[in-house]
Amino acid sequence: MNARLLAGAALTALTIGAALTAGSASAQGLSGDMVKIGVLNDRSGLYADLGGEGSAVAARMAAEEFGNKILGKPIQIVTADHQNKPDIGSNIARQWIDQDGVDVIVDVPNSGVALAVQEVTRDKKKIFLMEGPATSRLSGDACSPTGFHWAYDTHALAVGTGRAMVQEGGDSWYFLTADYAFGHQLEADTAAEVKKAGGKLVGAVRHPLNTSDFSSFLLQAQSSGAKIVALANAGGDTITSIKQASEFGLTQSGKQKLAGLLLFISDVHALGLSVAQDLVLTTGFYWDMDDEKRAWSKKFFDKFGKMPTMVQAGSYSAVRHYLKAIEAAGVDDGPTVAAKMKEMPVNDMFAKNGKILANGRMVHDMYLARVKKPSESKGPWDYYQILRTIPGAEAFATVEESGCKLAAK
Amino acid sequence: MSLPSHGAATVAVGGSGVPMGRLIGLAALAVLLVAPFALYPVFLMKVLCFALFACAFNLLIGFSGLLSFGHAAFFGGAAYVTAHTVKVWGLSPELGILLGTVTAAGMGLVFGGIAIRRQGIYFAMITLALSQMVFFLALQLPFTHGEDGIQAVPRGTLFGLFDLNHPFTMYYFVLAVFLFGFAVIWRTVHSPFGQVLKAIRENEPRAISLGYRTDRYKLLAFVLSAALAGMAGGTKAIVFQLATLTDVQWQMSGEVVLMTLLGGMGTLSGPVVGAALVVALENYLAATNLPVPVVIGAIFVACVLLFRRGIAGEILARFGNGRPQA
Amino acid sequence: MMGTIFGIPPQALFGQLLLGLINGSFYALLSLGLAVIFGMLNVINFAHGALYMMGAFVSWLLLTQFGIGYWWALLLAPMIVGLFGVALEKTLLSRLYKLDHLYGLLLTFGCALMIEGAFRHLYGVSGQPYPIPEALRGGQNLGFMFLPNYRGWVVVASLIVCISTWIAIEKTKLGAYLRAATENPVLVQAFGINVPRMVTLTYAFGVALAGLAGVLAAPIYQVSPLMGSNLIIVVFAVVVIGGMGSILGAVLTGYGLGLLEGLTKVFYPEASNIVVFVIMAVVLMIKPAGLFGRER
Repeated sequence: MNARLLAGAALTALTIGAALTAGSASAQGLSGDMVKIGVLNDRSGLYADLGGEGSAVAARMAAEEFGNKILGKPIQIVTADHQNKPDIGSNIARQWIDQDGVDVIVDVPNSGVALAVQEVTRDKKKIFLMEGPATSRLSGDACSPTGFHWAYDTHALAVGTGRAMVQEGGDSWYFLTADYAFGHQLEADTAAEVKKAGGKLVGAVRHPLNTSDFSSFLLQAQSSGAKIVALANAGGDTITSIKQASEFGLTQSGKQKLAGLLLFISDVHALGLSVAQDLVLTTGFYWDMDDEKRAWSKKFFDKFGKMPTMVQAGSYSAVRHYLKAIEAAGVDDGPTVAAKMKEMPVNDMFAKNGKILANGRMVHDMYLARVKKPSESKGPWDYYQILRTIPGAEAFATVEESGCKLAAK
Repeated sequence: MSLPSHGAATVAVGGSGVPMGRLIGLAALAVLLVAPFALYPVFLMKVLCFALFACAFNLLIGFSGLLSFGHAAFFGGAAYVTAHTVKVWGLSPELGILLGTVTAAGMGLVFGGIAIRRQGIYFAMITLALSQMVFFLALQLPFTHGEDGIQAVPRGTLFGLFDLNHPFTMYYFVLAVFLFGFAVIWRTVHSPFGQVLKAIRENEPRAISLGYRTDRYKLLAFVLSAALAGMAGGTKAIVFQLATLTDVQWQMSGEVVLMTLLGGMGTLSGPVVGAALVVALENYLAATNLPVPVVIGAIFVACVLLFRRGIAGEILARFGNGRPQA
Repeated sequence: MMGTIFGIPPQALFGQLLLGLINGSFYALLSLGLAVIFGMLNVINFAHGALYMMGAFVSWLLLTQFGIGYWWALLLAPMIVGLFGVALEKTLLSRLYKLDHLYGLLLTFGCALMIEGAFRHLYGVSGQPYPIPEALRGGQNLGFMFLPNYRGWVVVASLIVCISTWIAIEKTKLGAYLRAATENPVLVQAFGINVPRMVTLTYAFGVALAGLAGVLAAPIYQVSPLMGSNLIIVVFAVVVIGGMGSILGAVLTGYGLGLLEGLTKVFYPEASNIVVFVIMAVVLMIKPAGLFGRER
């Protein structure tokens, strides 16, 4: 008896010992002697192509412009994969900030994860630069004094694509919606825009994130009789649903039209122009618009082998602006840098005279584009024809409209 | 049920009034008390939550011989209930966890009621399927917020006195919950009820012939196990301030099986060892380039093939006073 | 238009039923494999979903690495998965037959973790597209829906496989041994039949069926390391409902539940994911051994 009790207790002690070593293995001393940038996104899943390693490449390009040094201290960039799980994302963010001395978190596509990370960064007063996530709540009811929503949001997508499709005669809508924060918000924002423009909603069906078979959802959309079947999803889900819609002959009758509410150039690249042609989309960035964008995108392409999406280009822009703000402020603590960032206009290849609202929304011009037909395209990545520029003030909600409670202050 | 029977001899840690043993037990407790000063408290809290979860699971497999492959439903279900009641209803954390525990116990009653009549693989598959049903419910019910989970759960103040936003306060609360759960399990195992469970595990027909209504005993054990798993899940929801689908996924059920098997089924300390090792391993491996599931899976397979007693079981068997091994 | 049936437009009803039948084809193929394995080995093969995924991946790799197309993959991928199954059974599973059957479940669970983890590590979790073979592109307008040819083919192929397996087990000598061994392995062994080899071959055949289902699934669901992990639980429920070890039960329940799921999608789509589990709970309460199973 005695010996067994002993063994049991020894074991417990041993376990704690094991836990001790393992825990300390990942712990590193807090170092204030550098600016540590954490790029947190989906690196292996359905959103990997729109952000992924490309966002880290873009962040590194921004750091290189500063010679990888700021105020004489090194800039370090770390990456992690949140696997589209809010718990994993917020745990990484927490550990990065608590233990690894990360000063700023970048990208975080998947609105659900971004909302969870925003809770952590708000709590810890760290800067959070959001390029990947779409939900307008991030600069609305879930805004944070240190959160910056950079590249686009569901409001801008709704204003761009939603309005344009109604004006073309698509006045009855059926939504195919990714069943989480992002899809819900995109559906809500677009529905509001459609109603405003005189269209009507026929119905909606929700699908889980990362769905492999859309057939039954598409069947529901088909039998709804709506003129527009709107895809309120992103990345891999959008690609799959567009492909299967063509497999099931959704647009064959000519009575129904697909609207990809959020399309990235990586999606169009994966689909191919013959499937994607003539889709209308809203984007915050297209590489082939002016010399500055072309030059930067060329550099990006040489490093990464793909043209940048608006998320990746936005990551560059946001990190660059963040570093400039540190330079100007002389410190790297969250609230001070945030205030500085909001003071300074954003001027780079991504945005001209972009300004940051009190709720963290970076306001810049958006573009309505149409995917070219194969015959119009001169080669790979020559995909978009820009139809119109949507001025920032029109694309994004004002602070008052956003519902951000910081606004009052 | 022959599955855990080789652990029978090692049903651990008996004898009261052993000064030396007590001393070491106290030493372990002392280490737990000072641990947060040396280690990242969030990591320790995660270990404790999973340790309690594994202990709860072990109560079932180790001491009653029932392999449930659906314990994630209780863990995650309680996490959702705790998160919801604390965040939306504004309950205090201790009430939230209590409600989560009660909910898990209720779910345990339903699961148990359906599954308890079947044994072995059947029991495992039925619990698995039922927990997958809970997963889909969590995916679709509005209050769970689907993929997003319930986020921004406030940690609140314990009994209106202790501010749990402070990491150390939170840690000691979690430690207290763990010790409470552990004590309940210890009491159960050493009670007459626990003896009957063991009798059922060893030879159910015989227990029946002795006049025990074995289904009742098994059901009670199942409910107790579910409740404690729920307590672990509710506490985790408070620690991490969110409840998500990860907690109800069947992979979570598999994880707790792994922890218990690795540590040693049917021993009191085994699940704690297993949970600490697995959590530490996952934490450590995440920083390397090794594929975590492959490593974990390989350990699992090795465990099943080579050392079915688990770490604690093997050690206790070796130092176990030369008791015969079953 | 034909009007409505119970207030539901017929194209929605028949369309969803047809889609349900397609899903049911996969359930049937997978639960058939599980039932064959369970009957012979008394092991619930938790790795079944992972091996289904492996079948899809093998055909994808055959195409992208070696340029071997769908029709050859249909033959080769199940064979490769079957061989993998032989290795698995010989090296690992066979060590556990003397122990409680639960260890078989645990072992195959560990294997599933490893297989899925490995593919996930190598290829990420996003789906790899697999093109529909040339001969099966396009579709038929059935009036109530547009049925892609390929999905029609899946139903036909799965029916052919299920029926021929059924005939093989009922009519051939090998099938007779198999049935006998399922009933009473000790007796069969006593008759001088090499039961261990039969066990290995049965396992290989069962997982080859999973591999075949994987090939069939590749063009529909894309090829992803996670494609089997949720499916397998549904298939477990199917096997429990059908009655474990009952081959006919597994197949019929597979198709039946697929149809039922389709029906649920018409009337109450929110419940379509859980209907199988609800049915399972109800069946267990009324008939604990399953619809076609016997108490053992």
